[in-house]
Amino acid sequence: MTEKVLMSGNHVIGEAAVRAGCSFYAGYPITPQNELTEYMAGAMAKLDDGTFIQAESEIAAINMLIGASMAGARVMTSSSSPGISLKQEGISFLSALELPAVIVNCMRGGPGLGNIAPSQGDYFQATRGGGHGDYRNIVLGPASGQEICDLVTKAFDYADEYLTPVMILLDGMMGQMMEPVVFPEYRDISTLPEKTWKIDGAKGRPRRVIKSLLLDVNVEEAHNWKLVRRYEQIKDKIQMAESYKTSDAKLTVIAYGIAARIAKSAVDRAREEGIKAGLLRPVTLWPFPERSLREAASNNTEFLVYEMSTGQMIEDVRLSLNGSSRIHFHGRPGGPVSTPADIYEQIKKYYPR
Amino acid sequence: MITKTAFAGSGGQGVLSMGYILAYAAMRDKKNVTYLPSYGAEVRGGTANCTVCISDEEIASPVASAPDYAIVLNKPSMLKYQGIIRKGGIMLVNSSLVDAKAEREDIEVIYIPANKLALELGSERAVNMIMLGAFAAKTGVTSLESLAGGMSDVLKSKSAGLVDLNKKGIERGAEYALHER
Amino acid sequence: MTETIFKRPKYLKDAVFHYCPGCGHGITHRLVAEVIEELDIADRSICVPPAGCAVLAYDYFDIDVGEAAHGRGAAVATGLKRVLPDRIVFTYQGDGDMAAIGTAETIHAANRGENITTIFINNGTYGMTGGQMAPTTLVGQKSTTTPGGRDTKRDGNPLRLSEMLALLDGTIYIERVSVTSPKNIRAAKKAIKKAFQIQMDRLGYSLVEVLSPCPTNWKMSPVDSCKWIDEYMTKTFPIGVIKDNSENK
Repeated sequence: MTEKVLMSGNHVIGEAAVRAGCSFYAGYPITPQNELTEYMAGAMAKLDDGTFIQAESEIAAINMLIGASMAGARVMTSSSSPGISLKQEGISFLSALELPAVIVNCMRGGPGLGNIAPSQGDYFQATRGGGHGDYRNIVLGPASGQEICDLVTKAFDYADEYLTPVMILLDGMMGQMMEPVVFPEYRDISTLPEKTWKIDGAKGRPRRVIKSLLLDVNVEEAHNWKLVRRYEQIKDKIQMAESYKTSDAKLTVIAYGIAARIAKSAVDRAREEGIKAGLLRPVTLWPFPERSLREAASNNTEFLVYEMSTGQMIEDVRLSLNGSSRIHFHGRPGGPVSTPADIYEQIKKYYPR
Repeated sequence: MITKTAFAGSGGQGVLSMGYILAYAAMRDKKNVTYLPSYGAEVRGGTANCTVCISDEEIASPVASAPDYAIVLNKPSMLKYQGIIRKGGIMLVNSSLVDAKAEREDIEVIYIPANKLALELGSERAVNMIMLGAFAAKTGVTSLESLAGGMSDVLKSKSAGLVDLNKKGIERGAEYALHER
Repeated sequence: MTETIFKRPKYLKDAVFHYCPGCGHGITHRLVAEVIEELDIADRSICVPPAGCAVLAYDYFDIDVGEAAHGRGAAVATGLKRVLPDRIVFTYQGDGDMAAIGTAETIHAANRGENITTIFINNGTYGMTGGQMAPTTLVGQKSTTTPGGRDTKRDGNPLRLSEMLALLDGTIYIERVSVTSPKNIRAAKKAIKKAFQIQMDRLGYSLVEVLSPCPTNWKMSPVDSCKWIDEYMTKTFPIGVIKDNSENK
């Protein structure tokens, strides 16, 4: 399908998931991601082997995903901030059990019930392993309709390849905004590598056990290090970032998702005024694209981190740069969205003289 | 060249569909486009607004600091957008529902008695298409043909009667904006 | 020549149970394994064990096993069964798992009529964590968190989950059994077999509640524990068929 279709971000996620071979979705209504749940209800009904379940809670939904993923299906759930908090139990289990799954967080203002406005307040929860235990998840932060489509497609492949949950982290505005998107062809999942770990009845093979209870501390330690080795592999292979006008920038804005789109316009405006601004947009939030950051820093630029939060990603920026550069911060937590003019003012404010 | 257009009014006035149809028209014109609606409880019975950005280039921010154009269907929306529209921009006001006049001197303000014109066409449902036709004719952001095409793309499964009415609305709005003010 | 008249069921692994002397889990495991063998479903069965004393069920059942978090067995089983509708999926859960932390998952899976089977061990206590009050602890029964006995004003009443589930249109067959005597054990096996058969016949949700002794946490001898079930526990939790809709399907 090469035809462009105009779709909201939430719908793009659903369509991209179906084309990636997702055949199991469970979810619970919460604004601002309901369009995705509704889309999956329709899309799963059209598949011969599709399952859609409106679960009794986000906890139930993520645990249904655990069962369906154990059985070998490509699975997805979605929610928004308060609902993602409830899913953390299951995300920890998925990580421990080494089960692939795609989880969408369409972030809203918080903490608590907060509001339904766009926010980036769940960065820590997403990138630090938001549940209990020592784990990380791949976290992808799309910034356009087309990138949502591309990253959802990748998310299912990453989940299978690295046996881990993958989170699509976007905000309410990305979920609602419509842009033209070109979708890939439907994935024939029978061509994917066989899941030699799945449980589907021990017919003609030794029985399999998928479990996370490892009472022997040495076994549990070994399991943790095994996960770490995989995380190192992920860090090595899939760091992604967009660099925009960074080569000669004296002030480089770092922002992800919708914030980066807004910042990009501000950078353009600054350039028109002769201000050497650039933009570095992390696409993978975990693993954080530290190589791109260090490369940018080697050009002797200062940084301005802009987040729709009180400052969470900035910690990864500091860790990546390890004191090598000056880092400034502009944050709008709780829902308000800056305009390009606002960020332009921030660029002028922090531009090194 | 990028143009950013804001649509604003009350929930139920067809504000979001105006933006949606313009976005479809821009796609027919092979342009890049973003359509950013207000959403959630805010829309239900309250205010509704959306922003449509159209460009030959990749669109960075879908959020407008100062829109080039605004189409406003009620008084609170006019008061809000007359403050943020860029200098030299154009604001189209549904004067059937807004009795006040805009205060800015550095923008062009076009008053369209859209409800009156719609009633003459036979139904108030054509109000938003009249505004959209007037907008396209005045700004040249898209053509009336693309607009009509975008509208029938959006309404494809709905009644042919409504598509006809909307087409007439687009044409009537354009005609009024160009020749009768 | 000697004739073997009693042996380990085919689908119980050759492992020593970690269960305490007199515990009802061992007997119930055996019954489940016998039923799986008799119905010839081992190579298409999947067990979802709980968090609790039976968490190590994967060490014993020689079939595919997928572990669930505490209380989430019904949700995990739902996911498995929806993807693999022709496999036999059963959960094995305790009273805390089923009737406290997992009440929502249990009730909604049952209400959806998920075609799964649940073996529900009711021993009126949190065994693995050391004998705290369970939702099924009897009024007046002592536990480590009700040292003076369960007081309904403070601790609420024993929860009869099976009777609650029987009210739902999605449930087909629910029976409460005990494993306190050869006669009761035979009845328990019959019920477990029927529950699996109902799933094989694709009729819907089936559940067998097993009143099961926990001598360690009850601080009784195994014999006294069985007597206590027969004399006291069955007054709050009467054994017998609670619901059987299988003939109407």
